[in-house]
Parts: sequence; structure tokens; C-alpha cells
Amino acid sequence: MPDLAALRRRRHAIHGWLLLTPALVMLTTFAFYPTVATLWTSLFSRGTRRRPTEFVGLENYQRLFDDPTFWLVAKNNLLYAGVTIPISIALALAMALWANSKIPARSFVRTAYFTPTVLPMIAAGNLWLFFYTPGFGVLDQIGALFGAPSVNWLGQPETALWAVCAVTIWKEAGFFMIFYLAALQTIPPDLKEAAQIEGASRWAYTRRIVLPLLMPTTLFILVNAMINSVKLIDHLFILTKGGPSDASKLILYYIWENAFAFFDAPAAAAMTVLVLAVLGALAAFQFFVIDRRTHYR
Amino acid sequence: MTLLNRLEPVLALALAAIWISPLIFAFWAAFHASTDAVNFNLGAAWTLDNFRTAWEGAPWLRYFLNSFLLVTIVLIGQFLLCTLAGFAFAQIDFRGKDVLFVLVLLQLFILPEVLIVENYKVATQLGLLDTILGIGAPYMASAFGIFLMRQAFKSVPKELDEAARVEGCSLLGVLWRVYVPAARPTYLAYALVSISTHWNNFLWPLVVTNNESSRPLTVGLSIFGAPENGVDISVISAATVMVIAPLLVLFLVFQRQFVQAFLRAGIK
Repeated sequence: MPDLAALRRRRHAIHGWLLLTPALVMLTTFAFYPTVATLWTSLFSRGTRRRPTEFVGLENYQRLFDDPTFWLVAKNNLLYAGVTIPISIALALAMALWANSKIPARSFVRTAYFTPTVLPMIAAGNLWLFFYTPGFGVLDQIGALFGAPSVNWLGQPETALWAVCAVTIWKEAGFFMIFYLAALQTIPPDLKEAAQIEGASRWAYTRRIVLPLLMPTTLFILVNAMINSVKLIDHLFILTKGGPSDASKLILYYIWENAFAFFDAPAAAAMTVLVLAVLGALAAFQFFVIDRRTHYR
Repeated sequence: MTLLNRLEPVLALALAAIWISPLIFAFWAAFHASTDAVNFNLGAAWTLDNFRTAWEGAPWLRYFLNSFLLVTIVLIGQFLLCTLAGFAFAQIDFRGKDVLFVLVLLQLFILPEVLIVENYKVATQLGLLDTILGIGAPYMASAFGIFLMRQAFKSVPKELDEAARVEGCSLLGVLWRVYVPAARPTYLAYALVSISTHWNNFLWPLVVTNNESSRPLTVGLSIFGAPENGVDISVISAATVMVIAPLLVLFLVFQRQFVQAFLRAGIK
């Protein structure tokens, strides 16, 4: 007679794999295989009709590192991350604290903060054109009231990236607010009462009790914001197309441009590998540092 | 009351006003002639001309249909794949499960957006270029969805499961009769997040479509609004309002559920 427990284990294994197969096939086709293929492509030369592709080792990476545009784009993306992440997190926190306190028109305020989250970045780009267009744009008209000269926000290298950052912050902050709101609602009200009895000011209560309790949420949002600083580039297609003279170009846009406008797939692949490495480091940070305590069960 | 305390509601309201203003300006411009819109001529006549011009400028009906089909296909695919996989991860014990789970979670970081170069080749080889299925396929086995369903299924009481088995339900029968109904709120939340994500998605649809037969709204809007086409700001605003209206209305009606959905989706 076969061992019943062993039979059951086998049946479980078969069931488990059968249930997972459809998802694994799709993940392999559109995530794992392309990841490996990207690495592979990045090691070969760009094929032309005359010359087939050949193995060139790290030459594509060398070419990338010699390309001043790549460094400019990388610097832009770092600035983009450095500006949008802290500002949108800080705003999200302020929004959540406000939307959670007794202020007039609270539900309107909350809706207003959250609305950009449900809009496509392409539409956001169009909406903001109304602000940035020189001459009749809202910013220019407000400036004109104070006698300021007309500014071509999107058309000059000094301001283009900042204009792009503003749209991203506008889009993200309300989304992150939601997570802070959820976390705020889990803080037991006794803590606030206790703080009041002790005579702590609202500021002290916020700084000493609320902010530390929000720390895990902040880390969660931070990881998401970092991913977004790679991902959120759609509005570039509307606002600046990376210009003027690459001043507002970001990595993912440059990857797209290399692959589908310059038809230089190896360069795009090499850049993709670098981005994947950064995202991988981020994943490791999430798994090994943040999730150490919040065990998945 | 300190000065700061009294100032806070003002700040909160001012921020809300700033946050909503791009939308207000777009609505205002969409319903006014561009000269009136630009000059903020508050007494100007309201008009629907911009919508008429915009509507005639592109095959919007096609785009709407494509976007609608896209979110539907993606949602069906995600529900199917993530339900099966989430169930396996939540309720079945077998060797290799933990390793597989980590692999799946990795996809949270390997974004489909970043892999556009190779995914384009894959889509070409599978004959998926210029198809709605091609736009949706990379998103169907979403790690996020699998994780979400796993969490939902884990909280289903074991007694329900055992009772159904005693009644003679098969494994899939148990999943369908016990787990899926119990996870209904999670499905609703996931559906709202998925619909708004894919209605709004742009980069991959742009890459994988080359003609209007499969283009979704976002790609259509970006082409329509391109400066080369020289459309004026009021017409662009009208087109933008048209594109965002369905989702915006859905959001305003189901606001509570939307916020809950994003919450449920975000909290692990």
C-alpha cells in the first residue's frame, strides 16, 4: 500500500503547478525572458543589412558611457527623482494630516487632492500646457499682473525639467496621501488623548507620535516613488519631448527614443540593463531591509 | 490658537484649489472659444464647437472602443490568471512554492514599461503587433494581482473550505464556490485599480500600435494634440475632457470605493 501522505503531497504538487502554469507562462514570456534577452541584446552589435550582428562584449556599454547625452539624461533623471520624491512625499503627508483633521470642506479638499491620480499622464500634460504656454499661459498671465516678463517654461533648458517635475508632483502627491490617510486611521485615538492630558502641543504630538508611527508607510511610499521616478515619463511626450537640447530628457524616454526613433536596439538594451540593475537594487532593499519586519504570511 | 493653527485650513484649501485648477481651466477652455478662454473673459458665451471640431479631428469612437476592449481584456486575463495563481500560493503546499513566489514578486520591480525593447520583439514574434491583445498581454500575469489575491484567499476561514470539500467539491469547485465569493471586495478593488491604470496607460500601447485600428485613447490623444497638427488650446482641452470624462465620472460616483480600492491595493 503506498504511503497516503506521500500521495497527498504529490497531488498537492501537481495541483499547485497546474494552477500556476498560466501565470508563469505569461510572466516568462513578458517579464523573465525579455529580461534575459535584454542582457543578451546588449552584448551584440547593431545589425545592418550588410553586416549581421556580432558579439561585441561590453562595447555597447562603452559607447553609452562615451555618449554625453546619456550622462545628461542620467543626471536629469537623478534630479527628477531628487526633486519629485521628497516634495511629493512631504506634500502627501501634509495633505493626509489636513484631510484627516477638522477643516472646512474636508471632502472637497480630499477629492481635489486625489483627482489627478485617476487622470492619464498624457491628459495631465495637456492640462498643464495651459499653464506653461508662453504669452497666454496661466503662469505668464499671473506674472504679467506683477509686471514679470513672459517666460517660455517648457522652451528653455533652465526651466523645462522643473516644469516637468511639477506635473509629476501634482500627479503623485494625492496618490501617496491615500496611504498616509490609511495609516493615520490606524493610530488609536487614546494616544492623542494621552498626549493632550500630558499637555503636549499638536505639533509635539505630530512630531513625536504620528511621524514615527508613519515610518513604515513612508518607506513603502518611498519605494513606490523611486519606481515612479523611472516610470512616469508619459507627459514628456506632450510637454517637451525631452527638449530643449535634451534638458528635460529622462532615461526611459531616451530608451524609447533609441529603440524606436534611432533604431539602435543595442544601445537601448544596454540602458535597460542599467535601469534593471537599479530597480533590482531597489527590490533587494525592499525585500531585505523593509520587509524584514513586515513578514509576509 | 496659534497663528499656525488658524493658517492651516487656509493652506489646505489653497492647496486644494491649486490641485484642482488645471482641471477647472481645461473645462473652462473646452466650453469657450479659444480667444475667450485665453483672456479669461468670464462673460463669454459657452459653446460646444470645440467638441465638434475635436470629434471630427480623429476617429474617437474607434479609440473609445479600443480602450474599452483593452481594459476589459486585461481585467478578464488578470482575474483568471491571478485567481488561479493566488489560490495556489495561498492554499496549496508544495515544494518550490517559496522560490516561485519570490520570482513572481520580482516582477513588481521589472516593470513592463522598462522592457519595451524586448517586449516589442516578443509581440512581433507572436503576431501581436497592432492588436488589443498585444497591448494587454504583458499586464495579465500581474505580480501585484497575484499578491493581492493571495492575501485575500489567505483570510478565508479554513472551515468553509473543509465544509465544501466534505460536500464533495473538487479543488476548482472549492475555489469557485468558496474563495471567489469571499474575495469579492478584493476583486472590486483590483478592478478599479486595473481599469484606471490601463485606461490611462500610454508608453507600451504607443510602442505596440502603429495604426488607429488598435490605438487606445491615450495614444490617440497624444497624436491629436501634437503641436505639428496645430490644433488650438480650446480644442485640445475639449479632446482631453472627452478622454478623461468616463473615468472621472466613474471616480466621482464611486469615490469611496476608489479610495478604498487604492488603499486595499496598497496595504500589504
